[in-house]
Order: sequence, then structure tokens, then C-alpha cells
Amino acid sequence: MAQIFHRSSNFAARLSIFGGVVIVGLLSFALYEIALSPWYTQQFVKRQQPVPFSHRHHAGELGIDCRYCHTSVEKSSFAGVPPTQTCMTCHSQIWTNAAMLEPVRQSYRDDKSIEWIRVNALPDFVYFDHSIHVAKGVGCTTCHGQIAEMPLTERAGTLYMSWCLECHRQPEKYVRPKSEVFNPYYEPPPGDEQLKLGKELVAEYKIQVPQHPGDMKPLQTCSTCHR
Amino acid sequence: MSEDSNAKNSIDLAAARAKLAGAGAARMWQSLEQLSGTQKFEEFRDYEFPPSAGKGNDGIDRRDVLKLMAASAAMAGLSACTKLPTEKIVPYVKPPEEILAGRPLFYATSLFQAGVATGVLVESHTGRPTKIEGNSEHPGSLGPTDIFSQAAILQFWDPDRSQSVYLDGRVSTWSDFAAKTGNYRTRLLPKGSGLRILTETITSPTLGAQMKTLLAQYPEAQWHQYEPCGADSVREGARLAFGRPVNTVYHFDQADVIVSLDADFLTCGAGHVRYARDFGSRRDLADGASSNLNRLYIAESMPTATGAVSDHRLPVRSTDIDDLARQLAAAAGVAVPPSANASAKIPAEWVSAVGRDLAAHKGSSIVIAGEQQPPLVHALAHAINAALGNVGKTVTYTESIEANPVNQLESLRDLVNDLNAGKVEFLLILGANPVYDAPADFNFADAIKKATLTVHSGLYLDETAELCHWHCPAAHSLESWSDGRAYDGTVGIVQPLIAPLYDAHSAHEIIALFTGDSDKTPHDIVRGYWQSQRPEKDKAFEALWETSLHDGLIANTALPAISVATHADFVSLARTSAASGEANSLEVVFRPDPSIGDGEWANSGWLQELPKPVTRLTWDNAAMISPLTAQQLGLTTGDYVSVSVNGGSIHSGVYIVPGHAENSVTLHLGYGRSRAGQVGTGPGFNVYLVRTSSAMGFATGAQIAKTGKTYSFASTQQQYTIDVVKGEEESKAAMGEPGDAERNLVRIATFEEFKKDPDFAKLADEEATKDLSIYPGYQYDGYAWGMSIDLNRCVGCNACVIACQSENNIAVVGKDQVERGRAMHWIRIDTYFRGHLDNPEMYYEPLPCQQCENAPCEYVCPVGATTHNAEGLNDMTYNRCVGTRYCSNNCPYKVRRFNFYLYSDYKTPSLYGMRNPNVTVRSRGVMEKCTYCVQRINAAKIKSEEENRLIRDGEIITACQSACPTQAIVFGNINDPNSKVAKLKAQSRDYGLLEDLNTRPRTTYLARVRNPNPEIPS
Amino acid sequence: MASEGSHNTVGVTDPDPIIGPGHTFETVTDKISAIVLTRPVTPGWVLGLLISFGALMLLNMVITLLMIKGVGIWGIRIPTAWGFAIVNFVWWIGIGHAGTLISAILLLLHQRWRTSINRFAEAMTLFAVMCAGMFPLLHMGRPWLFFYLMPYPNPMWTWPQFRSPLVWDVFAVSTYLTVSLLFWFVGLIPDLATLRDRAKNKAAKIIYGALAMGWRGSAMHWFRYETASLLLAGLATPLVVSVHTVVSFDFTIGIIPGWHTTIFPPYFVAGAIYSGFAMVLTLAIPIRKFYHLEDLVTIRHLDIMAKVMLGTGLIVAYGYLIEAFLAFYSGDQYEIYMMTNRFKGPYAPLYWMLISCNIIIPQLLWSKKVRRNVGLLFVLSLVVNTGMWLERFVIIVISLSRDFIPSSWGMYYPTRWDWATYIGTFGLFFTLFFLFIRVLPMISIVEVRSLVAETNEEKAHS
Repeated sequence: MAQIFHRSSNFAARLSIFGGVVIVGLLSFALYEIALSPWYTQQFVKRQQPVPFSHRHHAGELGIDCRYCHTSVEKSSFAGVPPTQTCMTCHSQIWTNAAMLEPVRQSYRDDKSIEWIRVNALPDFVYFDHSIHVAKGVGCTTCHGQIAEMPLTERAGTLYMSWCLECHRQPEKYVRPKSEVFNPYYEPPPGDEQLKLGKELVAEYKIQVPQHPGDMKPLQTCSTCHR
Repeated sequence: MSEDSNAKNSIDLAAARAKLAGAGAARMWQSLEQLSGTQKFEEFRDYEFPPSAGKGNDGIDRRDVLKLMAASAAMAGLSACTKLPTEKIVPYVKPPEEILAGRPLFYATSLFQAGVATGVLVESHTGRPTKIEGNSEHPGSLGPTDIFSQAAILQFWDPDRSQSVYLDGRVSTWSDFAAKTGNYRTRLLPKGSGLRILTETITSPTLGAQMKTLLAQYPEAQWHQYEPCGADSVREGARLAFGRPVNTVYHFDQADVIVSLDADFLTCGAGHVRYARDFGSRRDLADGASSNLNRLYIAESMPTATGAVSDHRLPVRSTDIDDLARQLAAAAGVAVPPSANASAKIPAEWVSAVGRDLAAHKGSSIVIAGEQQPPLVHALAHAINAALGNVGKTVTYTESIEANPVNQLESLRDLVNDLNAGKVEFLLILGANPVYDAPADFNFADAIKKATLTVHSGLYLDETAELCHWHCPAAHSLESWSDGRAYDGTVGIVQPLIAPLYDAHSAHEIIALFTGDSDKTPHDIVRGYWQSQRPEKDKAFEALWETSLHDGLIANTALPAISVATHADFVSLARTSAASGEANSLEVVFRPDPSIGDGEWANSGWLQELPKPVTRLTWDNAAMISPLTAQQLGLTTGDYVSVSVNGGSIHSGVYIVPGHAENSVTLHLGYGRSRAGQVGTGPGFNVYLVRTSSAMGFATGAQIAKTGKTYSFASTQQQYTIDVVKGEEESKAAMGEPGDAERNLVRIATFEEFKKDPDFAKLADEEATKDLSIYPGYQYDGYAWGMSIDLNRCVGCNACVIACQSENNIAVVGKDQVERGRAMHWIRIDTYFRGHLDNPEMYYEPLPCQQCENAPCEYVCPVGATTHNAEGLNDMTYNRCVGTRYCSNNCPYKVRRFNFYLYSDYKTPSLYGMRNPNVTVRSRGVMEKCTYCVQRINAAKIKSEEENRLIRDGEIITACQSACPTQAIVFGNINDPNSKVAKLKAQSRDYGLLEDLNTRPRTTYLARVRNPNPEIPS
Repeated sequence: MASEGSHNTVGVTDPDPIIGPGHTFETVTDKISAIVLTRPVTPGWVLGLLISFGALMLLNMVITLLMIKGVGIWGIRIPTAWGFAIVNFVWWIGIGHAGTLISAILLLLHQRWRTSINRFAEAMTLFAVMCAGMFPLLHMGRPWLFFYLMPYPNPMWTWPQFRSPLVWDVFAVSTYLTVSLLFWFVGLIPDLATLRDRAKNKAAKIIYGALAMGWRGSAMHWFRYETASLLLAGLATPLVVSVHTVVSFDFTIGIIPGWHTTIFPPYFVAGAIYSGFAMVLTLAIPIRKFYHLEDLVTIRHLDIMAKVMLGTGLIVAYGYLIEAFLAFYSGDQYEIYMMTNRFKGPYAPLYWMLISCNIIIPQLLWSKKVRRNVGLLFVLSLVVNTGMWLERFVIIVISLSRDFIPSSWGMYYPTRWDWATYIGTFGLFFTLFFLFIRVLPMISIVEVRSLVAETNEEKAHS
């Protein structure tokens, strides 16, 4: 009797056996890549701000200390975004009528806050504290990247949990001397140098790493960041 | 009103008695249902085939179901992961001083109860008050708080607070009010006849002074005061005894023997927080056998928190307290005629034994009478204290702390008479809510209509506001300036934490309108008054003012002790005053509700859902009766009855309370509000309807009649709960009855037994198996957090429960959910009874998460949402929890709570402000539990590490610990042998719950040691 | 043809045949394939499907409500945080086991009688596992978070907590579902080919054809078919034991009195097969009646299955006995209380109902009369199903409702939504089953044909 299927359908059948596996594999790989892509994480994405504030100019060229504007970074969980007043301390003297700065002057005149776009927005359910990180020798640029080279500020890390854990698992890879914490141009010593220095600093700053091999890891227990 | 089958709640008391008789007096039990073994199977069957029509027990009705059919048809796949939203940062333009985003600030201020001020510290996050702690500087607190101070934060943010001025129900403004009433005020001048001002009890010196000025300007105006559950008879008792209303201050830390005549002094009345603290300090056993334990005798009708911790409790009708007081007085050598009608219920040997004990402790004993007792009993108490030479030692007297102490009942009576006589033109009501809580026979609702113009100022648009022409929102203590005296007269300053949320104004401002000081700000008024009072001037005063604001009180303003002579003819007064009620007629006792007071707290979800001491009842008041009375009247818990007394009658559900006095019905005031708010309107029964001016404390000659209906209560302690105290062999015989297993949850000994065997709390088999494990334990190099709870200090006041709720953003679930076993409290206070139905011993056991070292919850969680922490905590990671609820099943202490629905309120904006920003607000389908206030631990760790030091002992204080008036809860680092908690755990009384399961709980208990009088057979 | 037919006629004399007399390859093929291809849709079938579908829609509604409101709609509470959802999960999973046992173990043991029942037994397994699989998801109240239990690389660097039996469940159940599905499908291939060749309309030809994957019945095909079946049987056999063992770990790993016991795995497995066979009977008896298959699913089959029920039932009974004995023998006060609470507690009636359903009443099966009384057997199968459901309820709810600290005890009462969920899964099960018997041969044509062949050979030799 007549064949319902053409011979070629045999090939289709065989293909489908492997095709399924391959497609599923590719799909999950793609998803993972998307989850890590700047498009999704907003890493390295320059955000348009009401005022085109340049960290490169202020922190870099002018060399203004981070703490001049981010006053509470050593005292509080929140580093602090400068009030308009802080801007005006200088800009009531210089660039007093630069069009670029009009929003700042307006804010000061109308006593209305400037609405900055948040660049480094941590995920929900995380309780992050700037002061302790700064106190333990985690530099600004360790998380915020080469801020002194950023004309418009961008997010330097993915801010994923894995990104936090990188350091919480091996702080010695990242810590620097406290004196260098606010140095935007700090270069960590090459390779093993850093590890050596890091180990010393971890001990010196009493960063909570397990004392004995079998111990639990204080920096990685959930309540360190989640409550 | 549910119409469920009566089988659901019926209790076979006879069976209960039989069972107890079988097991002997030492059998531990927790509820009558469990004792009588009430079968719940019928209920199961009822649930199996639920009523198909109308609302079911899940609150979903047919219409919902129809909607659902549509919805389910449309239900498609859920949205995939979305991109992170863009957030904004909005900095200040000009930064305010001292505020540091991310770090809280604490301000000292005062809160009022029945006019008496208690000092508190208020935590403020970037200008939002979020949590209330006690003020350790303040004599009325010394650090701890009570449930009401804790709940004040919710009251402040309560969305139901009245938010604008109203004229005849139409929205108006403050300026409008000032202007329009201005004409009246001027018309009333110069005499001011027809002006009446009704306030609650006022201890504020400033307000008092303002009132004086006002009365000077309006000579014929009248100032009335009324407090529904105030200290009227205390005041009158003092007047009776000493001729003037002096203020009594007790020193429980000095008292070896305390006799309470129906006085619940640990949880209500002036200074109760301080009294609990002092009382607790005498329940300490740190010195072992040589410890100086006090002994508390109490005679009361309704078992109260205080009664539960007493060493000897005598259940008698409130009516018979008069007789008891006379007998004790006689025993103490006070010449007083015997009672008109002696009560058979007072065992002579009890009285004589107590008398001897008192006599043996002259100068170191206290006799204290309850607020709802008549003045005479108070006078007798004063006389006894005098006779025992306690005055000046354990009892001191000062001038009254009130600005104008009056007999408030008479004061209100005068007002009502004037109203009815049409003499009142302008009635100004500040805070009080007489339409709801005035004595029924005053018919205040009718009387108030006779005034020409009525103005009400209060936090809520309540029953009284409804009947007044004007209503002005009163400013909450947290948003206004004022001052007030503590129980000992110390002046506390009230300073605002935040500008008024609404168009609200304080009493000071309203009075200022009359005295023509309306230009002054409240701050100027208060500060101005003290500037005029204090010797310090200019700079000196400036300094004083600053420190006073900082400390929350003006130093050394406690009123000096005065010596008062007992009034000569008070004994003769005693002769004339006949004790009311015949020996065995049914008595009704009116008490403020232990949770919501006289009703002013009715709209607080926290307090409504708070399990009341002893009964564990939530969301309701009830007709509380003794098991025996219930048997005689053929009643059982859940019967819906009508209670008739004083010519009135109300309906109520019956609730059987073990240890309640016979022939006595306790009705708690404060429920059945008709205009309290979303929460407070509805629950319970309005008892004020049968409370008349002739019997404010209690009345006899009551009748109870069944209606045939039943009423379902929501009690947090479930049925069939029981425990057997250590070493009671007969319990074994009863094995097989529900819960008869010897679980040793509460371990008890008398002081004598304790002296013989200090280790009575240690069980041999437990000790043997304690650290057995095939796995190596965790190593805790750094801190190891632990908690010790002293059952001997705990007075079950519930302060810890509310403090925890406030600190940890714990949701309120409502009566229906409580009934279905879904209350969310992270710390619960288990209650146990031991001994016979009619007069059992009672025990409290606060139960937070035990933070086990071998935690059964941890290894069963499939996603690792609850994990062990390097410092021994069981961390809960809410955002990881998927809600399998396995951890709760596997928790032997059942301290985990689950969000079966979306309990947290995400809708009400005003509640956002109240929440603790350092604790996640849990959403639906998430498990939660006590974390030892990990947010406080982390804060302290960060602080200490930044300062490069270790955390000091006592630097971390958990919410429950800081609220505990008796310091029963101590938290700290058990790795540090010198820490307070480590020392406590080293005591011989220390034991852990269910240690035979080898969970190794970090929270352990110090066993209870009673100090009974050997002369009295228990 | 006719001659071949007469030649292949099966012996009429067999006193207790596993296949009715007078069957030839054709008759078998005709009879079974006719049900799918030519038999008109009967009102009975439509009615059945409609009822089941209605129940399925009820399930759909409950699930929607669940997603909108949360698990609060059920009666669960603290302490009894697991209720119907888990009870039903274990019950459905258990039911599945019979199918696998029949198709896998009995295949390896060359039990010929299995041939005519294994197809719909496997189908039953498949559908039962589907129903079971839903419950853990619904149980969470937020099923969309289920992926947290899957081990996969993610930017949070988090993994499931592998010490938790619930994670083991995920693997056990998903494996079980996959293998059962494969086994069932492979077994179907030759029959699908038959249907393809016999189908009249084009659509059917194409669908069956696609599913038959080009089966032409060549020797090579048969060889591969046999090998695949044996391999899958080998794979499935351990699953019969492992799946329910893992499920029982959900309880044994816990410390709750009544859960924390070592005897659960064996008696859970026995119980599973017990209930499974009960369910097979519940399905087989009506089907053979309505589709006149008495000669393919003979009294002999029912008799054998009844015996299996009796056997497994006795194992289960032994389990109960030991459970009770150990509780008291242990001297552990909590264990003892747990047991006395089952005997006398508020749920005692359910416990005694369980004992009578699972132990006392099934003893009737000792009598051959009963085993061969179709009506009575049907009732008994329902009784056993009920009993096994009660067993899970007793283990889960009664144990939880009263554990260690009396103050936290509480009664669990199922709400209308608990029942709706349960009934809903019946909807899913029977909807699938009704469709199955319409579109696929509910009895394996090839195997029955080989059976015919074998019986003929025997006859030839005799």
C-alpha cells in the first residue's frame, strides 16, 4: 500500500534524537550568557544623569578625596550622595554660570533635590555596609572600578552574589593597605605579591577567615548579608 | 458569632477532675479541653464536609469562586525574569545636622498611661520613629518597657488616626477651628460660666499650670477629669486613710513578704514596670541557697500575671477581699470591726499564717490593694503597712503626682448633672472618650447632646468625637512637646521625634487658645513653664534644659517622701461602710483588659493579637468563670450567654479559667468598640454597658443565662497540652492519656527542695547523653551567641512578645488565622498549670527559637534557606525560602512561623514608616523565626570591628531582653566565661528543653523555684 | 487465512486460561485495534470523560486560587504544616508502582499473564506519577520557584541542599517519570504501526505513523525492540524499589515521632504495590466489562492480582505491627505517646478505619470464591485504595499534630480546597485515562499475539 511518509522523514527522525539534546544545551547556555551580559546586569553601562557629572574630572584630574562628597562612607552603611550644598561650595565660586550646572543651581534655588540615576543598585534582600568594607581595607576602586577614569559613572561589577563571594571567599586577593583605600589610582602588586600582602593584611585587619581548615566561613554565612 | 455544633468546644469538667484526682496534685496540664480529653473528631468530620454555601472557613465565597473560574481559564504561564528597574537617588539639598543615612538615632521622651509618664528611648531612622525602648535613666523604667509603650509606635503610625479637624462631620482646618471657637471663648468671658473642660488624669506640670491660668481667666469654668480604669479608689483610699490623696510609692526590692489584695501590680497601675523590675530582683538565685527570695501572697478573683507568679494564691471573689483585708488588719493589730458578712471562702489558717509571716517581717513587707477594690480596702492596706512599720522602708508616701487630684467619678457625675441641667455651654473634651467608657447610668451619650458647643480632641474619631460638633486630631506623644510625672513624681520631658503627621495639635495648644497664648509654640510653652519654675537662669537653665532633653527627664524632680498620719476616724468609717453583696451571690468583676487596657488600645493589631496572660486568649474578651461555677451553671467554654447585672445585660462568650474564684464572673473592659478603627471596631463585647457608677470595680447579684448559641474563641495555646513535672511517678500510671509523657518542659522545686538539691533541674539520663554524637561538633572560634531565660523572674507580662513584633516587622494575622494556628509571634509564652482545677499553680515559659547547635531544621531544607552560622545561629534567608515547610515540621519546639497568606501589609503607606529598615519584610510563602535579632548582632559586630575591639558583654541586647521588666532574658557570648549569660548558664538551675533529642539548644532555661510558706498546705 | 486461523486456534480445553478460547492473531488484533479505530464513541465514554474533565477544571481553579492567595487556602497550620498535598503525593506515587512492577519485573520473570494487563497498567503508572508530581509543586504555594531545587550553575553560586530528602525526591520522581514514559512508548511502537496500517483516515495514519517511527516489523526491528524492552525493564526494576524508598526518606529523615523509623522503606514499597494492584483492579474490572475483554483479561488475571494484593497486604500489616511494637519496645516516651495517640487520640477513628481497610477486610482474599467474584473484588480494590490513602494521612498528619511540646499541638482540618485539590487530580488522571483507551490500544496487541503463538506451541507439543 501507499507510503504515508517520504524516505527523508527517516533522516528527520534520526536528527530529532540528537537535535533535542543539542537545542536544550544551546538554549540553557544562551540564557546563562544573557544573565551575565551587560545588557542584563547593566555592567559597564553609562547612565545619563541630570547633570553630566564626571568622576574623571573631580576624583581624577582635580584629585578631590572620595570622602569630600561621600561623607558617610566611613561611618555608615550608606556612603552618602552629596547634597546640592556640597556642589555649591565650589560652584558658587567657579563655573558659576555654566549651562551644564544649571540643574544644580536650580536645585539650590528651589530647595529641590537633584534626582540622580542610581548606578550601583544592589539586589534586594542584601544588607551591604560601606563602613566595614572600607575599614577592612577594601578600596573604593575594588568594587567601583577605575572611577577616576569615568567621565560618566558606570557599574563596574555585575553586583551578583557570585561577584560578592569572589572576595568574601578569598579576601586576600583584593584587600589593600588602609592608607590606599581611597586612592583611585592604586595598583595592586602583581600576582603572588598581592596574595602575600593580602594574607598579611587579612591577619592584620582581623578579617574573619576560618581559623582552622574544617571551620565554617564567617564571611560566607547567610546572615552576614541577608536578614 | 459562629453557630458551630456545640460538641466542638464542650468540656467534660467531671472527667477533668477525675483525671487530676487520679494523677495527683503534681500533674502538669495546660488546658481544660486537654484534661477532659474533649474529642475533636466531630470537628474533623464537620470540616471534612464543610458548609457548601456562603463564606467558608477560608473566607472565600461563591462569587470569588466564579471569578476564579474565569481567572483560571485565562491563566497563562508566568512572566519570565525581568530586567532590573531603574532606581533614583534623591539626596538632600541642605543636609540636616546629625542625621546620618543608614545609622539610627535615639531620642529620650516619655509616654503616658492613665496620666502617669514612663521614660522611653525612641529609635529614629532618618527621621522616622521605628522602635521604642525603655529609658534606663528614668526611675519608672530603668530600661525595660511594657506592652503599651511598645505598641505606641504602631499607634503613632496607625492609618486610622484622625487626620484632620472636623466640624459636624465635615473636614475643616485648625485655623478655622481657632477662629470659629474664638467667638465662643470671648462670649464666655469674663466669668466663663458654662465652660466645662473634661480631661483624663493630668500629671503634666505645664498643662496643670495652663489649666490654672485658664481657670483664673474663666473663674466659673469647671475642670473635670475622668479615667475609666484610673486610680480613683487608690486616691480615695489615701484620702480615707490620711485625709488627703497622697501618692504611695512601693519598694518591692526591699520587701521579703508581699501580700496583694487583688492587685495586679506587676502589669498595671502606676509604676508597674519599675515594680516588676524590683520584684524580679528579689527572685534571683545567683547566690544559691543563701539567696534572699521574696514571698508573694495574692488573693484575687481572676488569675492575673501577678497571681500566676505568686507563691500562694487564694482565689476569692473581689467582694470578699474586704473581709480578708479586715482579718489581715486585725491580725496586724489594727482595730477594725469585722466585715458585715464574713466569707466562708477565706480559710482561717491561711489568714493566720499570712498574718504571722507579715508579723515576722515587720518593716520588710508590703500589703498592696488592687485598683478596682473600694477605698476602704486601700485604707486598710495603708493601716496595715503602718502597723507593720513598713512606712518609710518598703512603702513611702509623697504628695500626689497629679496636677489636680480629684474624685474622678464624682467629677464626671457633676459634669453630667450640669449637662442635663443645661448649664453647659461650651464642653471641651481632651483625650477622654466618655461616650464609650462612662458609667452606664450616666447616659453620657444623651447628656453630651445638651451642651451648646462640644469640642473633642483625641487620636481617633471615636464614639465621643462622633457626638461632638468639633473634632481636633490630638498630637501623639511622639510628635508633640509636653511633660509628665512618673509614679514617683520625677518629671519626664516629652519631645517630638517628628513633625505632626497630620493636622494634629496637643492639649497645650488648645488650652493656649483660651489663655491667649496661641502665638506660643508648644515648645515655648513647655520650656517657658520650666524656665519660670527653675532656679537656674539663662545659661544655667539652657544647660539644664539640654541635659533634660538628652536624658528625657529633669534630674532630682522625684517628689520627696512625706510622713502622713493615719486619719483618726477612718476606722469608724470602716464600720459604716458595709461590704456589698451577700456571701454566695454571683459577682461580676470589671477589669481593664490585660492587652488593650480600658479600650484606648483597641485599634492596635499587635495588642489585639497578643495572647493574654494565663488564658492565651486573643482578639476577644469573655465572661471568665471558674470550672466549679461553670459546672454549677451548666456552662462550658464557647457558650454564648447573656450576663445581667446592675439592671443591664450584655451578651458574651463563656471562657472557663482554672483558678478563677467561685461565684465570680470577670468581664474585661475595652472591647465592643463601635468607632475604634479598622481593627478595634467589632471584636469582643462592650462591658461598659453594665458598669454603673454604684459599682465601678465589681457588682454582685449577677445572672447568667444561656442563649443556646456558641461562640468560638481564638486561643494561641492549643488543646490537649500537658506536662508532668520531674519525678512524679504516678504520671507514669496515667501513660497513654494525651500528653502524659514526662517531658520535663518546666522544672520546678520549692526553695527548701532547691537548698537540698541545687541540681534538681539536671536529669541524669539527659546529662549522660548530652554531647553524644557520631559527628564532630562545629568549632566556634569567635563569638557563640546564647540566651538564658530565668523562669523564676518571668512574670508573663508579654512585653517581649510585642517588642519582638515591633523590632522584627512581624505581621498581624487576624482572629480567623489565629484560630487556625497561624499566629506569627516569634516568641511565645507557654503557660502551664499544675495541681487542681480550682486553684492550680501556674507557670510561664517564654519560647523563642532555641538556636540549636544540632538544628533539625537545617538539614531538611532543600534549598539551604536556613543554615548554620559560624557563631551558632540558625540563619534564615527569606529570599531563598521556597516554602516547603519541612523545617517547621522538623522543629521539635515548633517556633517557626509561616506566611500562609500575604500577611505583611504592603498596601498601607503609613506603615512603611514604622518598619525596621534592617529587617526584611516577609512576603507570602516564606518561613520565618526568631533570629536572636541578628540585625543588632551585625550592627554591633561592625561597630566593634571598626573600633578594632571585641564586642563587650551586654553591648548586644535583643529586643525581648531590652523589653523584659524583670530581666529574665539575658543574651550574650557563651564563649566568654565572664559574660553574664555564661555565668547564668553555669548556674545549677540551668537546663535545656528536650535536650534528650541532642539538639543542643543555645537558649536554655533557669528552673523555677517557688518559695511557699511551709505553714500553708499547698 | 481461514486455514491459518483454524490452525492457530488456541486450546479450548485449558481449565483456567490466561487468554480466552478461540483466539487467533487476527481476532486479537481486530478486537483490540477495533476499540480504537472502528468502535463508535459511546455515550458512556463521553459521560465519563465529561465528568473527569469537569474535575480537571476544578483542579485548574484550585491551582489558580493557590497562586493568587497562597497555601493558606488549605487546612495546614503550625504544627501540621504538611497536609493533603503530601498525603496525595505519596498516595499517587504509590499507585504508580504496580504498573512498573508488572511491566518490568514480571517481564524479566517471564510471567506470561502480565501481557494483557501491562499496557494500561503502565498508562496508569504514567498518569499517576503525573498527578503525584504536581503535588510537591502546588505544596510550595509558589510553584514558579521550583527551579531552586534544581542543581544548575547560576550567578548566585548557590546549590540545592543535598542533605534534604526533598532534593532526592526531585531526582527520584523525575527519573521515574522519564523511564516509565520511555518504557511505555517503546512498548507501544509495534502496536502503533499496526494501527497505522489499519487506520482508515489520513490524519490517523499520519499521527500513528509518526509515532510508530517507521516500524516495519523487520527482524532487525524486532531484535532491537526486544533488546530495548529488556534494557528498560532492567532500568525500571530498581526504580520500583528506589522511588518509594526515597519518598519514605522524606519522613524517616525527620525527627518527628512516627516518622523517624527505619522500617519505612520496605513497608512503603510494599504498600505502594499493594495500592497499585488495587488501582489496576479498580481500572481493569470495569474496562473488561464495558469493552467485553473478559477473554483477554480473564478471571485468572484478577485472581493473580488479588493474590499479589493479599501478599503485599500482609507485608504492610507486618509493618504496622512492627511499628507499634517498636514504639513501645523503644521505651521512648515520645514514640510511645505517638502510638497511644494513634490508638486513642482525636484522630483514632481514622487509624482504626485504616487498620480495617488495609488489614482486616482484605483477609477475605484468602478465599478463592472472593478472588473470583468480580464485583466483590472491585469493592475490595476500592477499600484498599482508601486504606492506603488513610495510611499516609495517619503517618503525616497524626504524627505532626502532636509532637514534642504540647503547647504547640494543633489539629489539622482539611478545608474544601484540600478536597478540591484531591478530587481535581482524579480529574486529571481519568481524563488522561479515558483519552488513552480511545486513541491507543489498551492491551498490547503484539504481546497477546505472541501469547497466542506460545499457547499454540504448547498445545502442539502436548
